[in-house]
Amino acid sequence: MELLDNLALGLQVAFQWQNVLFCLLGVALGTAVGVLPGIGPTATVAMLLPITYTFDEPVTAIIMLAGIYYGAQYGGSTTAILINLPGESSSAVTALDGHQLALQGKAGTALAVAAISSFIAGTVATVVIAVAAPPLTDVALEFGQAELFSVVVLGFIVSIALASGSPLKALAMIVLGVLLSTVGRDSFTNTARFTFGQPALDGGFNFVSVAVGLFGIAEILRNLHDPHHTGRIVGAVKGLWPSRSDLRKIGGPVARATGLGSILGVLPGGGHVLASFGSYALEKKISKNPKEFGRGAIAGVAGPEAANNAAAQTSFIPLLTLGLPANGVMAMIAGALILQGITPGPGVLTDEPELVWGLIASMWIGNLLLVLLNLPLIGIWVKMLSVPYWILFPSIIIFASIGCYSIRGNIWEVLGVVVFGAGGFLLIRAGCEPVPLLLGFVLGPFLEENLRRALIISRGDPMTFIERPISATLLGLALVALVLALLPAIRRKREVVFAEEE
Amino acid sequence: MALSRPLRAAAALAPLALVLAACGDGGGDDEAAANYPEESVSIIVPFSAGGPTDTVTRLIAEPMAEALGQQVLVENVEGAGGTVAGSEAAGADPDGYTVLMHHIGMSTAPTLYEDLAYDPLTDFETVGLVTEVPMTIIARSDFEPETMEDLITYLQENADSVNLANAGVGAASQLCGLLLQDALGVELNEVPYDGTGPAMTELVGGQVDLMCDQTTNTTNQINAGEVKAYAVTTPDRIDALPDVPTAIESGLDLEVSVWHGLYVPAETPEEIVTTLTEALQQALTNQTVIDEMAALGTAPVAEDQATPEAHTAKLEEQIDLWAGLISPGR
Repeated sequence: MELLDNLALGLQVAFQWQNVLFCLLGVALGTAVGVLPGIGPTATVAMLLPITYTFDEPVTAIIMLAGIYYGAQYGGSTTAILINLPGESSSAVTALDGHQLALQGKAGTALAVAAISSFIAGTVATVVIAVAAPPLTDVALEFGQAELFSVVVLGFIVSIALASGSPLKALAMIVLGVLLSTVGRDSFTNTARFTFGQPALDGGFNFVSVAVGLFGIAEILRNLHDPHHTGRIVGAVKGLWPSRSDLRKIGGPVARATGLGSILGVLPGGGHVLASFGSYALEKKISKNPKEFGRGAIAGVAGPEAANNAAAQTSFIPLLTLGLPANGVMAMIAGALILQGITPGPGVLTDEPELVWGLIASMWIGNLLLVLLNLPLIGIWVKMLSVPYWILFPSIIIFASIGCYSIRGNIWEVLGVVVFGAGGFLLIRAGCEPVPLLLGFVLGPFLEENLRRALIISRGDPMTFIERPISATLLGLALVALVLALLPAIRRKREVVFAEEE
Repeated sequence: MALSRPLRAAAALAPLALVLAACGDGGGDDEAAANYPEESVSIIVPFSAGGPTDTVTRLIAEPMAEALGQQVLVENVEGAGGTVAGSEAAGADPDGYTVLMHHIGMSTAPTLYEDLAYDPLTDFETVGLVTEVPMTIIARSDFEPETMEDLITYLQENADSVNLANAGVGAASQLCGLLLQDALGVELNEVPYDGTGPAMTELVGGQVDLMCDQTTNTTNQINAGEVKAYAVTTPDRIDALPDVPTAIESGLDLEVSVWHGLYVPAETPEEIVTTLTEALQQALTNQTVIDEMAALGTAPVAEDQATPEAHTAKLEEQIDLWAGLISPGR
């Protein structure tokens, strides 16, 4: 009953007209910055932070900032689907099948599925926050360096085992990604690595440059290279709305992804990235037609979208229960709370029930607003695809260049797009997938730093990974995944799939 | 290959070249020092949005804008312990429209980075100090020692088994950790993290034992009882944490603060520096700034510290101090 009372209180707060208005403003802004590569939610929240000082009610400020955050997760998927340009690291996975669907004339379906899956996951995650915040926080705190390292190992092994092409190539791409992520100053010793004495490389490669190059630019080059192209990205647009059978296909993936995302979102660092990659791998694994993945599988859009939205929401849990921000945006929201005279921490739940429950309820309203805002826009987005090549391609390149330049106001980021675009094209020609590379690049620092930290704490004893039960379990699962991948039966199945692709 | 269709590829890539060209040259006009400022002023923050340095900068940006009669924009230029922002600010036009906010890291960079692209003393003019954020020595809530005296004894006897967290090379928490170890004459097991957030999470989760970090990052967790506080590193106790003794009180000669200051590129005309110093001083007396800083466990510096003279003296003293403490290659 207490839960119902709390939710009722939250809805009462969230439905106040100014809160609904600022929630709408937040998600609309979030969608807009999510669509633009480079201008992420962190920068947007930072720019709007001073405005929130003037708000009378702290809850209004937090509702708007939160709206920007999860709105951006959604906006990033729109460009990923339409033009293969993932605006956020978590939408890179959505680009895989979402863009394939767009090429088949089903962009409307993909966008609607993304919106609906996000909404369902968001709704469930709202309840998860309300019910399970304290226990989930305890789980997250149990995760030390050894566990975080083992999670990444498991993620890598699973994605190699499930690669649609050669597992050797997938392994090579992950390793290349990890290597690329080591460029720059080492944060432990301050040593410059692989920078060739160029100060511009001290900060390492930027994710947006890498993703935009590997996906967006490489895709354009591939299209230009293809002699059969029609002058347009897609042929006929076949219906804007998902069919009944499409909707039936997303039920399972969304349910599984919501669970996965809710748990991973609580972990510090790249929780929502892990969630979307993890969900994709899981869906491919249990699918009856794994070969459909990478060629426009609805589940390949629904799963990752649901997972990253659920994770975006549960990442509020450590902030609300312990005052610990799980990522940069959360840190800024914590700052906004402090400036409003509210101390994030265990006391907030009891001292400021209106703020906490109002925020939780507003997330549900925000997700609803996102759907209402985006479904009518789908028709317009899809029209964008009928723009001819000679207008669309230069526009994408301008768009991407401005976005990358705006990250650090630095021309090197734009040069990075050129280099990674050319590199991505060569990889496609060589039959290598860019996704494992991006996975390695995003999670590389996570892998390396947690490995080193775990070993520093254990005084160099590698047994720490096996002695800690959660870590040992995760590594055990990785081993199982590896064995399964090498089993002859599965191997033959993959070879069949592989042969069909030739 | 794309080359087989050179025209199409060229058409698609042409805008990229345009953007590249447009970004190549920045405009600058340094003849109008007397009329300064005629356009918006940018303050570069070397760390991520939402962090303590960023928060402090955004706090003073608005009252400074009022004093200057122009917009003040805050720009985050992250990377390499703040030296990416340092290089960028050092290379900016000395016209007062690019201002750098930097903290204690300005004085450690010359020791930490052998090939630093700028010299903090000769490539910048100082504008004035902004705030000196106190630091706190904290531990996971179930760490054995109860008081600062207990902690000193414990660390001296069990140095080998204690894990000391910090937020990465050059971070304030690493510097404070160095001072702590130096003052105690012990060597602890240092565990670097990528920022304060993850380090604090691990400390609260009990994965590491000890940390020394700014009040801006620790006050909430201390008051919530998630971590144990042993001491503050200021000469006097602070208002935000009245029950926490100073390190000096407990018999440990440790005094350190994360001082923040504003810089402009060398050869910026004196009138412009003066205008900025006055705007800074005005911002630091703003009641909102004072209140918000108090909520973060810190306070604006006194007016005589928000001057180029006091700032330069601090910078020189700190560069010498850290050069002696940070062994090369550490």
